[in-house]
Amino acid sequence: MKRKLVVIGAGMASGRMLEHLFEADPDAYDVTLFNLEPRGNYNRLMLSPVLSGEKTYEDIVTHDDDWYAAHGVTCHFGEAVVGIDREARRIRTNKRETEYDALVIATGSAPFIIPVAGKELPGVVTYRDLEDTNAMIQAGIAGKDAVVIGGGLLGLEAAAGMAARGASVTVIHLMDHLMERQLDPAAGYLLKRDLESRGIRVHCGGATKAILGNDRAEAVLLEDGTVYPADLVCMAVGIRPETRIAVDARIEVERGIVVDDALRTSDPHIFALGECVEHRNQLFGLVAPLYDQAKVLVKSLLGEAAEFRPVQTATKLKVTGCDLFSAGDFAEAEGREDIVFRDPGRGIYKRLVLEGDRIIGIVMYGDTADGNWFYSLMKDGTDIGDMRETLIFGPAFQGGGKLDPMEAVAALPPEAEICGCNGICKGRIVEAVQGGATTLDAVRAQTKASGSCGTCTGLVEQVMKATLGDAFAAPIPAGMCSCTDHSHEDVRRLIKSMGLKSIPAVMQELGWKTIGGCHSCRPALNFYLLADWPTEYRDDRQSRFVNERNHANIQKDGTYSVVPRMWGGVTTPAELRAIADAAEKYDVPMVKVTGGQRLDLLGIRKEDLPHIWADLNKAGLVSGHAYSKGLRTVKTCVGKEFCRFGTQDSTGLGVRLEKLLWGSWTPHKVKLGVSGCPRNCAEATCKDIGVICVDSGYQISVAGAAGMELKETEPLASTPSEDEAIEIITAFIQLYRENAKYLDRAYKWVAKVGLDWVKERVVQDPDERRALVERFEISQSIYRRDPWAEHSASDQSGKWAPMADFTLEAAE
Amino acid sequence: MTEFVDIGALADIPVQGARLVRTAQGCIAVFRTADDRVFALDDRCPHKGGPLSEGIVHGSSVTCPLHNWVFDMNTGQATGADNGQVGTYATRVEKGRILIDASRIARSHAA
Ligand code: SRM
Ligand SMILES: Cc1cc2nc3c(=O)[nH]c(=O)nc-3n(C[C@H](O)[C@H](O)[C@H](O)COP(=O)(O)OP(=O)(O)OC[C@H]3O[C@@H](n4cnc5c(N)ncnc54)[C@H](O)[C@@H]3O)c2cc1C
Ligand code: SF4
Ligand code: FES
Repeated sequence: MKRKLVVIGAGMASGRMLEHLFEADPDAYDVTLFNLEPRGNYNRLMLSPVLSGEKTYEDIVTHDDDWYAAHGVTCHFGEAVVGIDREARRIRTNKRETEYDALVIATGSAPFIIPVAGKELPGVVTYRDLEDTNAMIQAGIAGKDAVVIGGGLLGLEAAAGMAARGASVTVIHLMDHLMERQLDPAAGYLLKRDLESRGIRVHCGGATKAILGNDRAEAVLLEDGTVYPADLVCMAVGIRPETRIAVDARIEVERGIVVDDALRTSDPHIFALGECVEHRNQLFGLVAPLYDQAKVLVKSLLGEAAEFRPVQTATKLKVTGCDLFSAGDFAEAEGREDIVFRDPGRGIYKRLVLEGDRIIGIVMYGDTADGNWFYSLMKDGTDIGDMRETLIFGPAFQGGGKLDPMEAVAALPPEAEICGCNGICKGRIVEAVQGGATTLDAVRAQTKASGSCGTCTGLVEQVMKATLGDAFAAPIPAGMCSCTDHSHEDVRRLIKSMGLKSIPAVMQELGWKTIGGCHSCRPALNFYLLADWPTEYRDDRQSRFVNERNHANIQKDGTYSVVPRMWGGVTTPAELRAIADAAEKYDVPMVKVTGGQRLDLLGIRKEDLPHIWADLNKAGLVSGHAYSKGLRTVKTCVGKEFCRFGTQDSTGLGVRLEKLLWGSWTPHKVKLGVSGCPRNCAEATCKDIGVICVDSGYQISVAGAAGMELKETEPLASTPSEDEAIEIITAFIQLYRENAKYLDRAYKWVAKVGLDWVKERVVQDPDERRALVERFEISQSIYRRDPWAEHSASDQSGKWAPMADFTLEAAE
Repeated sequence: MTEFVDIGALADIPVQGARLVRTAQGCIAVFRTADDRVFALDDRCPHKGGPLSEGIVHGSSVTCPLHNWVFDMNTGQATGADNGQVGTYATRVEKGRILIDASRIARSHAA
């Protein structure tokens, strides 16, 4: 007699299982199938092509009514199972009860809904089934605004599908790069770029605060205040196993329904498979392992021994034109090594993670043709020791035996292209070398090879070496750091000319040799990007040195010093009182007058910082940026208001300058001095910028130094007008911000570009000067803010304290 | 035997940043990398005691904020030309919570 098998859920996993069951033994079971969706099994993966219009629903049905009839399956579609009576071996729906000898739970998973206001408004959908898909198709056809929350696999397929239908789509992603579980930042950057090029707006690092709308969704509000209009909102932030009936039936459930290797739950008559299960602490979200489960479960149902062993799976994105491949573990760890290949010109990034001589992780973008080859090497644990040097070039290069890169270059025909940007072939370079160009610079000057993006520099050098033999001495790379051969100057130039607007973008397009940079290049890149794209780039706090990250100077014992601003060195009794109160309240070990005309509170504990800032803020005191590569102090003397020799209001000018310039970030620190007469009591002539007031107006001089070097300033301009003096100074600072190498003080930068070059721009060309001032103002609209006020906001202040304290516990 | 104790949520640590755990034996710096791995090291640089928790995190390394020694967080070993090592603690992340090996801080914890 046939036994009774009840299956809950007609999805991908149970569908495959039924196919195997009827193949293996069509007479073993009478099958009754329940499905919450009002239809049988279809290929859920293919909802994305349905959404984008490349397929129809009919195309993706896997089991139609005829199939179920032919195999004698009793179907109840649109009918959810609501309870399991394990004693009586019966399941219950709202319409009927059905007995089983064996029960299979295959309920899949449920989309995760983030708990924000407005989440239940009409117009908010998830992406799981045909109903969701149809809702999104409508939005696209009607050309509406759609917002997708979640930049993972599902969210991006939803976004691309709706965009293909004509919707105007924005993707909001919480993390800093897309698909962070499958991709590293470099590949995430390329993906973002490709999506943007097809009109999809991508907002990374965005936390959703609420969905706005009265009767239906109208817009999405982010924590940072950004609002995106949205006629339709698709939440695709993740899934969780659908375990409710199992929980109610008191079957063992952790994150998913717990199954053993035979896919049996804690009840011997009940099995489970698919996304609803947890096997050896692992959950599943892709179909490949579920298909393996289907095979194993059939054996278990037929009383044969079988064990489920998950294999690693690879991820691809089903968005036409976005070619990515990811598999295995790509975290950096001890004993692991990376092989990185970047081809900025063609937008290609490939990275293999090796442990010993085996591949354990793969991330590819742009060209994934070799993905499956790498993947099989990884799955099989193949020893790749012999092909390590050329492995990244794929199977086409593995001709047997090791390939010497030099031989490979030597073997290239003369017409082989070396420099893609300038279209320079090998023959042209060889010609230049034979004609006497024996240095890289000479080859560059004559042929332009490697003169643009520079990524072929290594190749050009190899051609030179192949031509010159031992006579060729490779130049010592003048790179910013060991992560790149590009100099600071090159990087600055390329950031502007190529429109690079994020750290991963710079690292990819300029062929960084490391994955995420180092402590030397990251702060520099962070500055270059915020200086060049003030409104678009967001400051990366974790790429800053400790002082700038914590807005205070770290001391040798790990405490901090706090220096509030005293505009132009002027203070008031109320400010002094607030400083005195704070010094007492926080037990400040030392209060010192600095060399910059203000007061320093030294020896403050990190967790007290937000509190002392809040107290100082209350008295109107803001950060003095005594820690920043930015505007520090404007020293002044008393000037004509009080001094018998004073010619102009030097104190007033100093205060005006400081109020205009404060908060700005610069390549190195910037200090100013304004003296009221040539007696120069403010020591203006050894500052980055100095002003000496005279009867006829203002003498501006720049590029002084009084630190590790001592140097008098050089005259830049004289003007009778205070306003013009301010304009010239502002333009000078902006020119410095836009051009100098990170950590070059103004005097070093001026020495490199020449004072005449500077004068041409900020003194002789009034249009250029105004443009510089305008760009400075745009930047200041973002940065002329007190960082202390931001960080001492009450919801932030907890972050400065330890996250756990075991000393307290011990004392209790 | 290793005993793991909960010290807080992964989300409490900024990506590529660190937070402190205070113990009777001194502070432990708990780091989170760009790819959400967690490392725990003594918060004292073997050079001159710099607080490693305030260093720049890159890959699975951290650079001491005081004089730029670079440490591999897997081993606690200084890299490059510098010689030195800091203590490391085993960590685990489970359901968004960070657990840390308590055997070396057990004295205070068990009280
Ligand atoms: C507090 C102060 C000394 C004081 O007690 O007076 C000071 C303290 C420090 N200076 Fe200074 N400088 C201070 C005025 C100066 C001056 C004089 C001035 O500003 O008029 C100079 C010479 C002018 C100049 O800037 O060149 C000065 C030249 C330096 C230098 C050398 C810079 C150079 O390019 O040669 C450094 C090192 C650096 O920046 O790389 C430095 C670095 C430092 C640091 C930040 C060292 C560090 O990285 O930790 C010190 C922080 C101590 C602390 O824990 O707070 N400090 N420092 C002064 C703060 C002024 C302010 O109110 O902001
Ligand atoms: C748009 C989209 C694209 C995807 N793309 C890919 C891809 O490219 N590659 C890949 O590997 N994976 C992809 N996936 C994931 C893949 O579809 C799932 O891993 C797979 O469908 C899971 O199969 P399952 O049988 O466990 O669950 P499902 O296929 O979800 O089936 C579960 C069924 O159970 C029903 N059900 C739930 N509760 C009850 C109840 N109480 N009573 C009765 N019925 C119930 C549900 O209605 C559902 O029909 C994609 C998923 C989506 C949504
Ligand atoms: S001169 Fe400046 S850097 Fe040197 S010890 Fe004094 S404060 Fe510190
Ligand atoms: S204290 Fe860490 S490098 Fe000096």
